[in-house]
Amino acid sequence: MTRVALKGLLGRKLRAILTAVAIVLGVAMISGTYVLTDTIKAAFGTVFTTVYKNTDAVISSKSVVLKNQSNSSNLPPSFPESLLAKVQKLPGVAEAEGGISDFAYLVGRDGKVISGHGAPPLAFSVHPHGDQHFNPLTLVSGTWASGPHQVDIDAHTASKDHYSVGQSIGVIARGPVEQFRIAGIVKIGGVSSLGGATMAIFDFPTAQRLFNKVGKLDAIDVAAKHGVTPTQLVREIAPILPRNAQVRTGTAQAKQATKDTNSFLSIINDFLLAFGGVALFVGAFVIANTLSITIAQRTRELATLRTLGATRRQVLRSVLLEAFVIGTFASVTGLFLGLALAKGLNSLFVSFGIDLPQAGTVFATRTIVVALLVGTLITVIAALRPAFRATRVPPISAVREGAVLPVSRFARFSAAAALTTIAGAIALMLVGLFVGGISTTDRLLAIGIGAAAIFLGVAMLAKTLVPPLASFLGWPATRLGGAAGALARGNAMRNPQRTASTASALMIGLALVTLVSVLASGLKTTFENSVNSLFKGDYALTATDNFSPISIASANALTKVPGVTVVSGVRAGDGKAYGKRIGVTGVAPDISKVITVKWYEGSQAVPGELGDSGAFVSKDYAKSHHLESGSSIDVLTPAGKTMHLRIKGIFSPPKGGSPYGDVTISTTRFDAEYQNPENVYTFVDMTGGVTPANTARLNAALKSFPEAKIASESQFKKNQEQGIDTLLNLLYVLLSLSIIISLFGIVNTLVLTVFERTRELGMLRAVGMTRRQVRRMIRYESIITALIGAALGIPVGIVLAVMVGQAIKYPAFTIPVGTLVVFVIAAVLAGIVAAIFPARRAGRLNVLAALQYE
Amino acid sequence: MSVAEDQNTTQRPASGDVVVAAHDLTRRYGDGDTAVDALRGVSLDVRAGELVAVMGPSGSGKSTLMHILAGLDKPTTGTVEIAGTEITKLDDQELTKLRRTHIGFVFQFFNLLPMLDTEENIVLPLSIAGEKPDKAWLDELLDKTGLAKRRTHRPSELSGGEQQRVAISRALITRPTILFADEPTGNLDSKTGGEILDLIRDSVNAYGQTIVMVTHESRAAVIADRILFIADGLIVKELKGASTEDVLTVMSTLSS
Ligand SMILES: Nc1ncnc2c1ncn2[C@@H]1O[C@H](COP(=O)(O)OP(=O)(O)OP(=O)(O)O)[C@@H](O)[C@H]1O
Ligand SMILES: [Mg+2]
Repeated sequence: MTRVALKGLLGRKLRAILTAVAIVLGVAMISGTYVLTDTIKAAFGTVFTTVYKNTDAVISSKSVVLKNQSNSSNLPPSFPESLLAKVQKLPGVAEAEGGISDFAYLVGRDGKVISGHGAPPLAFSVHPHGDQHFNPLTLVSGTWASGPHQVDIDAHTASKDHYSVGQSIGVIARGPVEQFRIAGIVKIGGVSSLGGATMAIFDFPTAQRLFNKVGKLDAIDVAAKHGVTPTQLVREIAPILPRNAQVRTGTAQAKQATKDTNSFLSIINDFLLAFGGVALFVGAFVIANTLSITIAQRTRELATLRTLGATRRQVLRSVLLEAFVIGTFASVTGLFLGLALAKGLNSLFVSFGIDLPQAGTVFATRTIVVALLVGTLITVIAALRPAFRATRVPPISAVREGAVLPVSRFARFSAAAALTTIAGAIALMLVGLFVGGISTTDRLLAIGIGAAAIFLGVAMLAKTLVPPLASFLGWPATRLGGAAGALARGNAMRNPQRTASTASALMIGLALVTLVSVLASGLKTTFENSVNSLFKGDYALTATDNFSPISIASANALTKVPGVTVVSGVRAGDGKAYGKRIGVTGVAPDISKVITVKWYEGSQAVPGELGDSGAFVSKDYAKSHHLESGSSIDVLTPAGKTMHLRIKGIFSPPKGGSPYGDVTISTTRFDAEYQNPENVYTFVDMTGGVTPANTARLNAALKSFPEAKIASESQFKKNQEQGIDTLLNLLYVLLSLSIIISLFGIVNTLVLTVFERTRELGMLRAVGMTRRQVRRMIRYESIITALIGAALGIPVGIVLAVMVGQAIKYPAFTIPVGTLVVFVIAAVLAGIVAAIFPARRAGRLNVLAALQYE
Repeated sequence: MSVAEDQNTTQRPASGDVVVAAHDLTRRYGDGDTAVDALRGVSLDVRAGELVAVMGPSGSGKSTLMHILAGLDKPTTGTVEIAGTEITKLDDQELTKLRRTHIGFVFQFFNLLPMLDTEENIVLPLSIAGEKPDKAWLDELLDKTGLAKRRTHRPSELSGGEQQRVAISRALITRPTILFADEPTGNLDSKTGGEILDLIRDSVNAYGQTIVMVTHESRAAVIADRILFIADGLIVKELKGASTEDVLTVMSTLSS
């Protein structure tokens, strides 16, 4: 019996392969995700171990407010250089060396910032004449940077942008771009690149000067005397540290750093795995449908086996064995395809501005186990229903014509069961979305299972919906395609269950795509509305990447441009109040000239009246902490200082997001408290407003600030929306995988159908149907199926978007009609593409052979 | 005797024992106005070592009778005993066990598995039951059916006659108590059909195989020890050792 199952599988290779494709892609996504994140983790791990190799203890600055620091505006404040001498005097210390770490852009020959693709532009100090005992970097060529005009850059940038020792390169630290001579090319740890991160290395005094850190340090590397353990060393150092410095052993520091990056990577990992899960879910639909069809076609064979003494259990086992073999084969293929996909995913991320370091590819046992297990298990689970149906094939079918599986005992209740499932699923989703007091994991689980169950329910209901939908959506086909079109419509309605299952696989992908597009469109509308109501300036100054905070030097440069009346920006940083982390912003007195908000208490004049200790807060924040004008509030800065502030006003933030943080202070105070004040955005007013001449003048003033750019209001909106579009496109690309899988489902069904209708097709050809007409008939059937998928998927997507939107208190809900029309057109195209192969096979049928086919 | 216990008995019933006994079988398809009574009270006994042919006009109920005797279908009323077991009340599991030891089938359309070769098709009932084939018996069957040189051929590489010989060997390999054949020559030309009939007669003579064969053709019927004529769901006549003329005479009266 096992042999029968296996031989049967070999005898139907094409069908087996078509079935497997659905699982191959899903498994590849899972394995690719693991390979990618494992590889990145390993690369980071290598870097961190090398960095702290010779270091017994590390003293580093820490933010009193935050645990992790990621972007430059949140760099922890440095500590005084005097600490170094104290450390050096400690009895257990053999050697100690201070260093600076910060961020500095490299500027290419074209005057533009060398993009790190979202990775940070790192900057370090080096002691060029030391023994480099603590230095994690190695020279590839040249020498260590020495003196005020030299820099070392990383090998990746050097080779990518063709820089070599002796050439000159631009650097932006705090102020305008400065030219440096390249003294050496360096590399870190065992890796050639830290993702897209660029590196600029200066000698120690130059670094202090460039980053306004004269007399300050960001880190001290310490080596212990012989016989002193790192732990003892740490215990010796700890008591003499200021509040914003911490000490860890080298190993602990490496571990901490690894942990920080790993937690970020597991988010990426889970994010990608979710798409793998969706793909596998769709794959399960395709598999279940394909197996149902092949089993229906084998009714006679299965019945014969029963007459020869096969038990129901043997039939069940043989179908499940077949699924198991397909599943295993597909999983192994998917596993290795994942290796290639990992590279693809990485380039995908790079193209969307997320570049991460890579070293040797890591192919962990976990990846193999999970990929094989998940792929095989899902295939077998998907095969359960068809397998049980196969056991109901009665032996007498061996002598009867026709290939229909007996209907389930519960078939009568299918519509009711479908509606119950949908109702239950929606209820579960609502619980996940709206009921309080549930952990995030449970919440996501409820939403995920609920969404999956909605898809299942709609798929179950689809059987009932197919005849009217096919009749309606197939109407144009009968008009355009004549007899072939009419037959296509008839064929689509002939086996509603089959058409329903095929279309349902596509429905899932389309529903998810619709969901994200509806949410994104709402987000954009809201954002536009809020920019329209807030933004009163003529121009906006932002970073070239539209989101990074930029140094205030560029804003200052604009004040000198003739015609400029106002240059006012918003600084942002972190703080802590009432025991919680908050966003602190800083504004100049004239901010109201470029940004208008509604005032709940106070007026537009409030920003001008902040002075040294005034602050204004958002309405929500005021409400939750019972603040009103005149109340006082204490805010802790990252450096550990407490600001005693008095509330001067309360503003009502617009729906689309607030231009200010929870607490806003004056720029004067902000710049005094925050080590490296940066603006998230700056607005400019000019006499004459937006004119080409004004724009040219502003751009000229920004010549030495390549990290900044100027934009008019409409450009600014567009630029800001680019972020949403980028994310949207990334989601589309990731979801396209499940859509591709569902297309394979259509291909499968059509190929099997053509196979099943061989004799009928032969008859049609014999009575005068041309090859072209046969192909057209198949193509229209495919398009009708795809359109049914769209007709089911788009409404489901909109319903999901409404629910999710309600849950996250979405401010605006807009249906992107244009985008949805594009999806429908895409579905039609997909149907055409899916039909190519089956239609060719159908067209190629030999009329005589087809008629004799048994 | 329970079916399960019976499973390991390889002994053949002694010649002359009743191996299939049907009492008062009726079979009604559908209900109400459109109901069709395919069988209207059929009783018969088949003895070991006997070749019984069932003849009758089209639609007379031959296939229906055979399906019920073989346990593929259930009668509306009446009982069927095979090798002493009443089969109309058995569940699917018990029927399957019964089929393994007692029943062999030969179909009009051969019903071979396309992906298995000749030998694999023949031993399939044994592989399904998890038993080892008797090598000598297999070789003898291959020899007798002239398939020795076709062992490794797939059904698609065999002629219709060869395929039916594979099917007969497949039915004989388990030495079933009773072999049912529904129009075994119905899909073959007359020369090949004749060869198949010789083989069927031979398996009765040489191995004492008990066979019930449904047929349309008088030349097929005459190889039988006994011919049962069915018309309108009833056995209307029985002939023993009949000649072609006898059969044709009876048939012409039935179809008029
Ligand atoms: N599944 C069924 N449902 C309804 N009626 C049936 C069914 N099977 C057979 N019949 C009817 O029962 C009667 C007997 O059919 P049966 O197949 O036994 O005839 P037969 O003698 O084998 O005919 P033939 O020589 O054409 O094969 C016929 O009238 C047939 O139409
Ligand atoms: Mg018949």
